[in-house]
Amino acid sequence: MTAPPTPTPAAVGELLRELAPQVLGPLARRSARFEDAEDAVQEALLAATVQWPVEGLPDEPRAWLRTVAARRMADQLRSEVASRRREERDAARAPADARLAPAPDTEGDVAAGVDDTLVLLLLCCHPTLTPSSQVALTLRAVGGLTTAAIARAFLVPEATMGQRISRAKQRIRGARFALPVGAEVPTRWAAALHVLYLIFSEGSTATSGADLHRPDLTAEAIRLARLVRRLRPDDGEVAGLLALMLLVEARRTARTRADGSLVPLAEQDRALWDGDRIAEGVALLTHALPRAILGPYQLQAAIAAVHAEAPSANATDWRQVVALYGLLDALAPSPVVTLNRAVAVAMADGPEAGLALLAPLAADERLAGHHRLPAVRAHLREMAGDPAGAEADFRAAARLTTSLPEQRYLRGRAAALAPSS
Amino acid sequence: MKYLILVYSNPESWEHPMFVRDPGFLGLTEAERADVVQEAEALHAEIVASGELVEGVALADPVTARTARPGAGGVTVTDGPYLETKEQLAGYFVIDCDTPARAAEIAARFPDARLTAVEVRPIMTSGGEDM
Repeated sequence: MTAPPTPTPAAVGELLRELAPQVLGPLARRSARFEDAEDAVQEALLAATVQWPVEGLPDEPRAWLRTVAARRMADQLRSEVASRRREERDAARAPADARLAPAPDTEGDVAAGVDDTLVLLLLCCHPTLTPSSQVALTLRAVGGLTTAAIARAFLVPEATMGQRISRAKQRIRGARFALPVGAEVPTRWAAALHVLYLIFSEGSTATSGADLHRPDLTAEAIRLARLVRRLRPDDGEVAGLLALMLLVEARRTARTRADGSLVPLAEQDRALWDGDRIAEGVALLTHALPRAILGPYQLQAAIAAVHAEAPSANATDWRQVVALYGLLDALAPSPVVTLNRAVAVAMADGPEAGLALLAPLAADERLAGHHRLPAVRAHLREMAGDPAGAEADFRAAARLTTSLPEQRYLRGRAAALAPSS
Repeated sequence: MKYLILVYSNPESWEHPMFVRDPGFLGLTEAERADVVQEAEALHAEIVASGELVEGVALADPVTARTARPGAGGVTVTDGPYLETKEQLAGYFVIDCDTPARAAEIAARFPDARLTAVEVRPIMTSGGEDM
């Protein structure tokens, strides 16, 4: 008998992340004990990480994982029964093995698999959890990342991340493993998409290449968004979110110089933008916009698409950007949207018009102490021929930011405007 | 977002947790003291369990501090802390939480906040937003 070719650890890791929600979903549904099912699946994934690169892939990797996870969970239940005798009710109902044993895949199960993954995602993004817990739990249960990898991604000790995940699991203990119904459906989906967006932005603001062992959260967010898109092909906001991620990610290499300093959109070398990602993002959006209900992610993606298709900052269709920000401000008003809209208005109608939009924001408490208002005002004042005002605003913004590269950029702009003495 | 929480204290004697040696604390009734201790323990348990506590460090007595600074003919190292104030840095915590408001809330719940002062400062990141 010839041994099967052994896959690389990286290939195994990729396969396991894909299979993780497909293994956890049915187990959590059948057992109605999400937190225990999640532990059991993590153990099965770890076992596979160790065994598969050495022994080769099993014939049916998913079935292998389901069997191992079900067995781990049955062991866990049995030991609980033995030690604490508080599970008599459960034990009387059916032997643990029978309840948890994976059933063969039928067509019904394939449909259930679709639902299970989505139920899992919505459960991880449960409204009783804080955003950082939602993010951590989603990366582990849906993304199949280990606690150690998630901890590295967020630059915290593994113990801290472990606490965050186990607390999150405790909090949703007893939550029903089923798709939400009724009035809460839109808010639950909005929360889930927001979590994917948070994972993406955590990755896209991270400095690239600093740590090779740090998981690429941007790639992970795109992978999860693709997964949700496959399962919810008619949801325009899912398409919009995926398009937005692809269009922003397309600019990644142009965003920073080799020394880590930031390059603003207007000065980026557009030849460095990733044409394939742009094409995919635009195609997704073109498909979704005429068919689906319009939402904030589609609008943000549409704005990113206008930038992506412009040969230069000056040749951008700023009128269209202004119109899209107007829609976004009406649909999902926020001071940050108004800030971005002011920049577009300044480009289309001149800096004074942009500055007029900014004026009311000075009193907005949500922006108090935030660097973005003085940063945007500085740019517009510079455009308006007010170097002294612009310099003061760049310096104020530099003091308020908590990002080192942003601070360096803002101080550089201020220094360029300082009167030479 | 990560924050550094700096705990300042003015204790009768250097002994962790520092707030139990603070004259303000010692002036409380026994029941009040028990409440303060219990609240401090509850806060610690809460930020451990929530996965917000990244690190907590207790510092040795300032009499053990040495300070390097410019002197005649180069850097000189002298005994004692940099700032000769009554209130000294007793320890620090690094927390990772979702909002500045939550960071301030955690800082305010340290018992030292009602006795001396607890300062909370954002830790800068090496990432930057798209501009």
